[in-house]
Amino acid sequence: MTVEVQVNGKARRVREGATLLELLAELNVPPDRVVIEQNLKIVRRDQFADACVQAGDQVELVYFVGGG
Amino acid sequence: MSSGEPVDDALVIAGHRIASRLIHGTGRFASDQVLNACLQAARPGMITLAVRRLNLDGNGRSELEGVELKRHTLLPNTAGATSADQAVRLARLARAAGLSDFIKVEVIGDPDTLLPDPEGTLRATRALVEEGFIVMPYTSDDVVQAMRLCEAGAAAVMPGAAPIGTTLGLQNLLNLELIVRKVPVPVIVDAGLGVPSEAAHCLELGAAGVLVNTAIARAQDPPLMARAFAEAVVAGRRAFLAGRAHVGLKVLSSSPVEGIPV
Repeated sequence: MTVEVQVNGKARRVREGATLLELLAELNVPPDRVVIEQNLKIVRRDQFADACVQAGDQVELVYFVGGG
Repeated sequence: MSSGEPVDDALVIAGHRIASRLIHGTGRFASDQVLNACLQAARPGMITLAVRRLNLDGNGRSELEGVELKRHTLLPNTAGATSADQAVRLARLARAAGLSDFIKVEVIGDPDTLLPDPEGTLRATRALVEEGFIVMPYTSDDVVQAMRLCEAGAAAVMPGAAPIGTTLGLQNLLNLELIVRKVPVPVIVDAGLGVPSEAAHCLELGAAGVLVNTAIARAQDPPLMARAFAEAVVAGRRAFLAGRAHVGLKVLSSSPVEGIPV
C-alpha cells in the first residue's frame, strides 16, 4: 500500500507509514546533509526516524548551496 | 605611536571573533575545486551560503560538495526571498542545519536591480532578532535605513556598493561613509565590489569588512583574486587604524626647505 506525497514540489509514491529516514534512504540523501520541512514545519534531525509520511504531505528537502 | 607591528584587531560580531575581514561568497564558481582553492587562498572570516531544494535527480554536483562546512564560520543568506515571511522561513531552514545562528537577511524588492526591499528587510530583521538569530541584513546605501536596521537589533549592517553581481564598485562613497559614522555596529560592504582596491577603500573609511563573491568567482584566476582581496582588507584596515594624513589644498614640501646648496 502506497500513498502520494509531494517531495520538493513533485508527486511521489511512498509506502504508507514510511518514516522520513526511510524516505531519505530511498532517495539516497544522507540525513546529516538535509533539512526537512513537512507541511511547513521543520522536523528536527533526531525526529527523522519517528516522523511518518502521510498521504498528501508536502515535504521539502533542502540544504546549503553556493550563494553570495 | 605603535611599532608598526600588527595588533590584535579582530572583527567581533555579536561576541563571535571573525578571523578575517573578508567574507567570501560561494556562488557562481566554475566548480567546487575552484571554490576550494579560493577559500584556501583567502582564508575568509566567514562564507555565505544559500538554502535551496536538494537536487533529487542525482545529477549535477553542488559547488559546496568538497567544502568542509564545519571548518568555516557560516553566514547563510535568505536569497530568493521577496517578502519578510519568505526570509524568515529560509532563515529557520538554514538554522535547522545546526551549523550557524548567523543569517544574512536578503529580501529583494525589485527583480531587475536585485535591490533590497526596505520594509521587508526591516520586518524580517525584527522577527529574526526576536527568534535569537544573529542578523546581518543586506541593505541599500540608504543611511537612515541602516540606522533603523541597527535599532531593530541587527548585529551588523551590509550596505551594497553597487547592485549584486555587477562589480561596478563604490557607487556612493559618501553614503557608505555616513553609514559607518552613524551606526554603532560593524558595517560590512556587500555586493558590487569589483577589485581589491575598492575593498581596501571600504576598510580605510572605517567599514568593518567586505563581502565579495562575483569579483572572485568570475575573475580570470579566482584563487589569485581571492588572495588579493584578503590582502586588501588587511591593508585597508591597517590604514584606517593608522589614520590618514591631512587632505586638502595646503601644499607641504616633503623635503627640508632649508640648507639647499646654492
